[in-house]
Amino acid sequence: MTEFTPWMSLAGGILIGLSATLLMALHGRIAGMTGILAGVIPPATGDWPWRAAFLAGAVIGPMAYVLAGYSIPFSVPLTPTMLIVGGLIVGIGVTYGAGCTSGHGVCGIARLSPRSIVATVVFMIAAIATVFVIRHVIGG
Amino acid sequence: MQKLISAFAIGIIFGVGIAIAGMANPAKVLNFFDIAGTWDPSLIFVMGGALLTAAIGYRVVFGARQTPVFEQHYAVPTSNLIDWQLVGGSALFGMGWGIAGFCPGGAIPALGLGYAETPIFLAAMIAGIVVGRFLKARTAKFATA
Repeated sequence: MTEFTPWMSLAGGILIGLSATLLMALHGRIAGMTGILAGVIPPATGDWPWRAAFLAGAVIGPMAYVLAGYSIPFSVPLTPTMLIVGGLIVGIGVTYGAGCTSGHGVCGIARLSPRSIVATVVFMIAAIATVFVIRHVIGG
Repeated sequence: MQKLISAFAIGIIFGVGIAIAGMANPAKVLNFFDIAGTWDPSLIFVMGGALLTAAIGYRVVFGARQTPVFEQHYAVPTSNLIDWQLVGGSALFGMGWGIAGFCPGGAIPALGLGYAETPIFLAAMIAGIVVGRFLKARTAKFATA
């Protein structure tokens, strides 16, 4: 079980939307983690420095938040094998699908992009179906 | 330098948002998907808050300025092509997300929380991106051959 946290989740969501808005206003870019990260993986794109700066902020932000004494619940009820298999599949999938939750699910749908709406419906259904199979068909 | 500081600061907002929202916590993400079991609907509020803010924000930004502050133009994807790469790739992504509980935007901020599981996932995900690029380039070569 994890605790239902509507207010913290809403606040976090608003911050995610705010960062997407600022990245567009200042840099003219979509705040999609897949695209930003892919640009720093060799062969990197010519504009890798701002991407690296964004990624560094995304890591250091939560680190500073925790160091300041606030707690962030974290737990991984999985084997390392599942993390590795899941990671490989996520990497291949977001490369073919050209985006993930942040790029398609937030930025794309906010622009009413048909591609992003389709991608988001598909990956949400796939994730729900996968968890159902793992927890209630295999695990049940 | 201004550009880098700006991108860094926006990254901080993104990372803290993801972390407090619960998106960097695989247990919470997996419970969100587990509608038939230990369902935790919190992530509906993440998506709702993020989408509403970005939708309003984008409208304000595009209405207020012809160009972004630091660049010559808005780099917004223009393709409307819905093909098997988009659908199949997204289905695979959803499957991997359902197995590991991490998406790319959740895993990068999770790195800052300092747990050993995150780099394991991230290394595999980056390997997956490299493999995906290779396969995608080959598919493109076959398609045009």
